[in-house]
Amino acid sequence: MSKKIENIYLDYAATTPVDQRVLKVMEPYFSEKFGNTMSLHSFGQEAKAALEESREVVAKLMGAKAQEIIFTSSATESNNLALKGIALANQERGRHIIISNIEHPCVIESAKWLEKQGFEITRLKVNKFGLVNPEDVKKAIKKETILISIMHANNEIGTIQPIEQIGKVIKNETSKLKSKIYFHTDAVQTFGKIPVNVQKLGIDLMTVSAHKMYGPKGVGALYIKEGTKIIPLLHGGGHEMGLRSSTVNVAGIVGFAQACKLAKKEMEKEIKRLTKLREKIVQGVLKRIPGSHLNGHPRLRLPNNVHFWFEGVEGESLVIQLDLMGIAVSTGSACSSEKLEPSHVLLAIGLKPEQAHGSLRISLGRQTKESEVNYFLKVLPEVIKKLRKISPFKK
Amino acid sequence: MKKKGIYTKKVIEHFSHPHNMGKMKNPDGIGKVGNVVCGDVMWLYIKVGKNKKGQEIIKDVKFETFGCVAAIATSSVITDLVHGKSLEEALEFSKEEIVKKLGGLPPIKLHCSVLATDALFEAIYDYLRKQKREIPEKLLKAHQRIEKEKKELKKRYKKWMKIEERIRKK
Repeated sequence: MSKKIENIYLDYAATTPVDQRVLKVMEPYFSEKFGNTMSLHSFGQEAKAALEESREVVAKLMGAKAQEIIFTSSATESNNLALKGIALANQERGRHIIISNIEHPCVIESAKWLEKQGFEITRLKVNKFGLVNPEDVKKAIKKETILISIMHANNEIGTIQPIEQIGKVIKNETSKLKSKIYFHTDAVQTFGKIPVNVQKLGIDLMTVSAHKMYGPKGVGALYIKEGTKIIPLLHGGGHEMGLRSSTVNVAGIVGFAQACKLAKKEMEKEIKRLTKLREKIVQGVLKRIPGSHLNGHPRLRLPNNVHFWFEGVEGESLVIQLDLMGIAVSTGSACSSEKLEPSHVLLAIGLKPEQAHGSLRISLGRQTKESEVNYFLKVLPEVIKKLRKISPFKK
Repeated sequence: MKKKGIYTKKVIEHFSHPHNMGKMKNPDGIGKVGNVVCGDVMWLYIKVGKNKKGQEIIKDVKFETFGCVAAIATSSVITDLVHGKSLEEALEFSKEEIVKKLGGLPPIKLHCSVLATDALFEAIYDYLRKQKREIPEKLLKAHQRIEKEKKELKKRYKKWMKIEERIRKK
């Protein structure tokens, strides 16, 4: 076994560290510029100005107008607002909603809740790469359809959906049926990492999150296209254009905006750098480890996501053993989940439960160095060999 | 007890350096429990000998396990605990002893300790059966329960098979 050398974080899809440059601009907003955005005095107006400036920055990175951005506490809240807010506001036109079966649990569970309230939910299947077929979206649409929610890129296997094509399909069907079908996308894994433009994608609502792109935790946003009929989940003082009452988290939002500025500046370079490292891991693992398989699409995937399954190895053991060697990664194994069930995404792409048990997600980020990737490629085969030796299924 | 993440230090020690790990040549009894669909499979091998008093004892014990950290650690610790014990003593063995020895297990992982005692009981059952000996009531009951559970798992596996077929057809 190699000696443990350092702590290597390869789980950026779970969360990212706050960039020092983000932290720096947030700091004054805790004790010095602490005002409530609803106050009329100068403390309040200073906070309000920072909020509106931040709204413009976040809007700009996705090609939206400032007034189309609602800040929330998380992507989970944004997704809940998108699904429930649209469904409840438009139910007199129809009660049919379409999602994919590889959405994040907060979309799946929101849809399930709406189903209990009498809405009809269609869950689209994906192919073995995790792709939704735009034709399937077209077939699923009917005159009662009011909302379609398909994630931009999957958080586990990294597959990027053909959102633009799906957007076109929905636009066509909307004009044929003469009834608006809203299109929502959960862009948590793509916003700030690859170019995301709401006009180009043809979407009406989009969920984003700060902590996945070197901003603070506790800040999300929902893009809501002008003219969209939606109702709030949180009622109160009428913050965020009446769509999300709550005293505004100014420090967090200022941090989110700074994270957007940095992402914009560094995105192009980062995509190239991370794609190269990603390919090094894919090729290195498939070459060095017999019985290893890549999940997700070989090309249409996030620059920072690699996902495998390994024969004869259980994922939780693999993650803990790698942690002991100083490497932080993640798994979709049943043994690692609260429900003791394998990841719904891995089952949806056709993996058997025993194959999903041996899954491993490696996600790269801003601080990932090539030397870390090299260390990972050296350690992983040793760890897998060790675990296979304990197993009764060794060849 | 000191913990590393969700597991105690003791669990991690056994997981990192499992005792009595590997296949046994010509075992007197084998206990095979668990199901790969659920994630944990444990094989326990025993060799039976006699002590000075003429009692039958577990002279040697080895294991092979596919599964999570808790499954590997409980396998390792049970082999330590039963090594040299008489068959009678081994049959009185409870999962609580394993959990205690490991300084505790997360509640969601307690079933792994059941798997380990089941593997031990099945190995002793296998030995007695091969010897065409009388099988104690308690052991017979344990064996029947394990068999029943295996059947239930197979049913669950069927459901997965159907899902798989459906996906393949698409």
